[in-house]
Amino acid sequence: MSSQTSISTEQVAHLANLARMTLTDDELTRYADQLDHILHAVARVGEVAADEVPAMSHPQPMVNVWREDVVTPGLSAEDVLAGAPAAEDERFRVPRILDGE
Amino acid sequence: MTTTDTTLTFDDAIAAYDPLLGFEVHVELSTNSKMFCGCPTEFGAAPNTQVCPTCVGLPGSMPVVNRTAVESTIKIGLALNCEIASWCRFARKNYFYPDMPKDYQISQYDEPLCSDGYLDVDVVDADGNHQNVRVEIERVHMEEDTGKLLHTGGDTGRIHGADYSLVDYNRAGVPLIEIVTKPVPGTGALAPEVGRAYVQALREVVKSLGVSDVRMEQGSLRCDANISLMPKGSPVWGTRTETKNVNSFRSVERALRSEIIRQSNVLSSGGTVVQETRHFQETTGDTTSGRVKSDAEDYRYFPEPDLIPIAPEKQWVDELRAGLPEAPGLRIARLQQEWDLSDFDMQSVVNAGALELVVATIEAGADHSAARKWWLGELTRIANSQGTSLAELAITPAQVARLAELVDSGTLNDKLARKVIEGVLAGEGEPDAVIESRGLAVVSDDGPLLAAIDEAVAANPDVVGRITGGKPQAAGVIVGAVMKATRGQADAGRVRELLFEKLGVTPE
Ligand SMILES: [Zn+2]
Repeated sequence: MSSQTSISTEQVAHLANLARMTLTDDELTRYADQLDHILHAVARVGEVAADEVPAMSHPQPMVNVWREDVVTPGLSAEDVLAGAPAAEDERFRVPRILDGE
Repeated sequence: MTTTDTTLTFDDAIAAYDPLLGFEVHVELSTNSKMFCGCPTEFGAAPNTQVCPTCVGLPGSMPVVNRTAVESTIKIGLALNCEIASWCRFARKNYFYPDMPKDYQISQYDEPLCSDGYLDVDVVDADGNHQNVRVEIERVHMEEDTGKLLHTGGDTGRIHGADYSLVDYNRAGVPLIEIVTKPVPGTGALAPEVGRAYVQALREVVKSLGVSDVRMEQGSLRCDANISLMPKGSPVWGTRTETKNVNSFRSVERALRSEIIRQSNVLSSGGTVVQETRHFQETTGDTTSGRVKSDAEDYRYFPEPDLIPIAPEKQWVDELRAGLPEAPGLRIARLQQEWDLSDFDMQSVVNAGALELVVATIEAGADHSAARKWWLGELTRIANSQGTSLAELAITPAQVARLAELVDSGTLNDKLARKVIEGVLAGEGEPDAVIESRGLAVVSDDGPLLAAIDEAVAANPDVVGRITGGKPQAAGVIVGAVMKATRGQADAGRVRELLFEKLGVTPE
């Protein structure tokens, strides 16, 4: 794997947009540089991983951990809404989703 | 651009363009508990009463896979002739929308549990000929359903113009299966019918497996229909739109039809079809523009770190395969042959919602023609007049089988049998009990019949003369008089026999 990873300020701006973050131009440049360093560091792992080492998404070599289809007690509406910033009619109240288009 | 409104009709559109179809169907599984937690899944509970830390995404909670949901998905995959993955993972689909409290949905991305299957559907073309269309299945994967939003303020309860929204997470985390087809080419003018037939056939398959109640009106089966048009003979696919909110079989057909007409008019007037989500409008039968697909739809899928892979053992998959019920399409074809019915008669049974009832009545001992006769005749009439369905009538296949047996043995005639049905439906008990309490059995002792025949003969000397003079068909008058005298409880065939015996006439 080559270590030519480099990340542009446009990519950082895209990620910031997806994460609903507003970043200044200075921040975009700074984070692009920082992310670049991180990606390079991670890419070095690829240099030592031989072909017979498969990529993994979980450190445990396990499969099929599951539960039987049985109902277990949950939370009451009162409890689940207790931590909500706003609630109405036993429902979570969330701000307007789309700005007037 | 030379726009001249809607000028192309459906037929014009099909003459100029080839439609390419695709379907994404979501099926909510009817497990007891949710996909990744033990919350119940019942439809219609009070808001936010079927929730726990996991399905509302509280910090520190961890998902655990529901084994039955995996099993149900494998069954669906097998019934759709799919390959079952020997190893696959869940993935996070990241997006900001309050219907998922975690800000991501656990789904499957490039490693679906089932892939590469097909479903054969039957459509009838304009000439009345049956055509088999093979719809190839790309994948069947597992995910979790979202919560339900209620948009408040504004004028229409729609998301546009709403002041704020209210969220109920009861549905969040309910096991959801997505069934995605490969592009379906070559359907031409039959495209809308193929769409309807596909969703209908798919529903039958899933229903036969008993893994979902597949009720479109309750949202446990939801269809998104994709369609694009390409100029006839063009090797290049057109831009597709995805129509959502298609809540009935008929709507699938209508939505495809209207989208074919709309796109063909856009294209023929020199415009371009925009790749977007459209919404089907039940009232007008049209689709309206929704969300335009854009960069913002970057879900950044990655393997779900909180779940370990699913690796169904071959033995388990083999057992599930061996336990699959007969495919609904094949079963209907087999029953049609066994019962020796025309396409039309078989379709009547299916359309009346009587198939399972007729089958169960036959299993309870009736022959198929009697079973069909009662369910499609008197019982359908009653169900229609009460605005209900056959399955909801308060009479069981076993009771109908008993009724058929009593008619067969001569204990009841059809007229009395209808009275017995009336009694059973009124909650008066089993057919035998109704006969007993209402005194409905056919009079079988010849004594009272002979007396009634004597009376009728004495009262109609001219008719008797005609019968003995070589016109046995005149006997109907005497038989009618006897039936009237016995208030319909006599067996008309027996009356006729006794009459000819008495008069010494051999009919025919
Ligand atoms: Zn839960």
